Amino acid sequence: MNANEVIQLFLYFGLLIGLTPPIGGFMARVFEGKRTLLSGILGPVEKWIYRLSGVKADEEMSWKRYFGAVLIFNVVGIIAVMALEMTQTWHPLTLNPQKFPNVPWALALNTAISFITNTNWQAYSGENTMSYLTQMAGLAVHNFLSAATGIAILVCFARGLKRATSKSLGSFWVDVTRTTLYVLLPFSVIVTIVLVSQGVVQNFKPYTDARLVEAYTTQVPKTDDRGQPVNGPDGKPVMVAQRVETQSIPSGPAASQIAIKQLGTNGGGFYGQNSAHPFENPTPFSNFVEMFGLIILAASLVYAFGTLVGDHRHAWVLFGVMLALLVGAFTLAWWAETRPNPVVGNVLPLLEGKEQRFGVMNSVLFGVATTGTSCGAVNSMHDSFTPLAGLAPLWNLMLGCIAFGGVGAGLYGIMMHVLIAVFIAGLMVGRTPEYLGKKVQAWEATWAVVAILIPNFLILIESAIACSAPAGLSSLNNQGPHGLSEIFYAYASCANNNGSAFAGLNANTNFYNLTLGATMFLGRFGVAFAVLAIAGGFAAKKTISVSQGTLPTNGLTFACVLFGVILIVAALTFFPAMCLGPIVEHGLMLAGRVF
Amino acid sequence: MKLFIQSIRQTILWTIIAGVAYPLVMTGFAQLLFHKQANGSLIERNGQIVGSELIAQQFTGDKYFWPRPSAGSYATVPSGASNLGPTSQALQSNVTANATAFRTGNKLAADAPVPADMVFTSASGLDPHISPESARLQVARVAATRGIAEEQVGALVEKFVEPPQWGILGEARVNVLELNLALDELQPKKAEGSVLVKG
Repeated sequence: MNANEVIQLFLYFGLLIGLTPPIGGFMARVFEGKRTLLSGILGPVEKWIYRLSGVKADEEMSWKRYFGAVLIFNVVGIIAVMALEMTQTWHPLTLNPQKFPNVPWALALNTAISFITNTNWQAYSGENTMSYLTQMAGLAVHNFLSAATGIAILVCFARGLKRATSKSLGSFWVDVTRTTLYVLLPFSVIVTIVLVSQGVVQNFKPYTDARLVEAYTTQVPKTDDRGQPVNGPDGKPVMVAQRVETQSIPSGPAASQIAIKQLGTNGGGFYGQNSAHPFENPTPFSNFVEMFGLIILAASLVYAFGTLVGDHRHAWVLFGVMLALLVGAFTLAWWAETRPNPVVGNVLPLLEGKEQRFGVMNSVLFGVATTGTSCGAVNSMHDSFTPLAGLAPLWNLMLGCIAFGGVGAGLYGIMMHVLIAVFIAGLMVGRTPEYLGKKVQAWEATWAVVAILIPNFLILIESAIACSAPAGLSSLNNQGPHGLSEIFYAYASCANNNGSAFAGLNANTNFYNLTLGATMFLGRFGVAFAVLAIAGGFAAKKTISVSQGTLPTNGLTFACVLFGVILIVAALTFFPAMCLGPIVEHGLMLAGRVF
Repeated sequence: MKLFIQSIRQTILWTIIAGVAYPLVMTGFAQLLFHKQANGSLIERNGQIVGSELIAQQFTGDKYFWPRPSAGSYATVPSGASNLGPTSQALQSNVTANATAFRTGNKLAADAPVPADMVFTSASGLDPHISPESARLQVARVAATRGIAEEQVGALVEKFVEPPQWGILGEARVNVLELNLALDELQPKKAEGSVLVKG
């Protein structure tokens, strides 16, 4: 720990706390349909969008219809993205200058689901798989729309709390349109320009062939006329010397996509190495902007929620709990990642899978922030973190990415814990539990439990299947307990729509593409259904006034209960798995064992 | 059915706005305001593009500074990291091998500590930087190979040490490609060396 690192941390968390109220206030105005600074310019665009898409802005939806809109809109999106991916051969040459072939169906499906669900899990590297057209008109578009969908569901939930004896919960189309137009696009424009100034590329050029300063010779497998490797008499591929004189430097409209990738807590990199790639994250400042971008909208939403339900103190309690979870995970990870690793001869700092310009602290902070939110962008390889430092992001995922969560998704995720906390506390004092003036009854408690159990169930069951199926094990890059962590991380990441990875796992196989695809879909829309069901239940109820028996949800007591519920649920579910993965690996590492 | 039609129309509209208009406008601004950065921070020498400031190149010769080891052999399409875990045997042997190679190449003592950035592979596989410490340890070798005074090469290295951005953000570092290009300027290369430059 040195002074610079501490200053950067204060800067990061200080700005986070300082900018949350103004940005959150702005967002709340957008969600409430009020005029904002941008209404003058974007108002007419908004009206045109409604007209051209056949939407009446004042036509509200029931919770079931709202969910129907979410689901149908997203399934249409999956088909659109798959169509782009699987027709790359016919894309215009300017938008596919590297002439990438069509993406195979299993990978195309996995990628489409991944971007639609805000997961942005990637079983491919963008620079050798996706055409510019697929990236900009397919993947980037759904970086916006999946973020807007998450926020819309949260806004709908807030309406459910605010309204009384009502069936209608607003219009999904209006929520998506206003969120994208007034929040996501303007912030993305700013972040794009800042990123380009630091060196993130933004062009439509083919890759540049640079003449290497020092050409070199390398050994490559010999191939025959048909491009098949030639095997020698010993059965091994014949190697031939090849002179390498040029370096292909990738290009593309990267900055515009990276901006929304961070702000929308998407995390799907333009390039395979994501925010570790020098073209995606060239300087410490771009790194700061990206780390900040991935969390600020999610944090501001907590404040916006407070405005929407008319209780800012409650919002700050939620904010505090989230911040505590985040800082706790960061502290563990930073401590663990600055301890020597006897396996590699105690060399420090541990820079395997990290970039020199970021160093350890910024890599760990990024890693924790990207998993506390559901962003999933990475500026270092989590697979190479020491066991306990790798446990911190895994733990964040297992909590459900709720600190501060994916835009929308994180907050409605923690809401489920809030309801359980209120329910348990209510039962303890023998009163009907209430939350913000609404009775929490069997319907709400049931769906809250369902929402919490869906991802947890998916993680544990599917990891178990992957561990016992040859198709699951053959993808491992690391042996021993670390291999288990790789599998766990993959399912935890996908079930909670995060998308970061212990990237050693070769996920581009039919087994992983399909099981992880299904996991992402169920994790996203299963939870969304439960949240909207609760919103519908709340909206139909009367609002009751605060009485002596009401547990105040805006004080320290409630914060502690909530914190306890979150920890107990996650610990009871995942502690055995954690023991078999990172915790046992930590012990083995200290003993110098290798696999 | 109504939702289905609205979904299709909304998807088309947003594809036009966020998928076509937005990246095009951003490209326009980027090219206008930050032309060099938007095009990959390319470096030209004698009218020829020799690389990007941001992308590492492989250097193995004694007359150049060496970059960090790359798990993907400095391939750019795609690049890659090792993703080796902390208890990986492969990681252990790689670290030992990298340390030995660095010590031997720079004529360091067999038990001399080697900076971490030279034994661990980077996250991108294309990390353009090394630590100032790693650069300094290579000065003697480079100077001897080129027949230049160590002080002169050392001074050049110090010129290329970038402190944390604005004194606060990130870590101190040295850009290897830029340093090596400046090194070639320091002393015009002899006839047999120039082949590589001209290609």
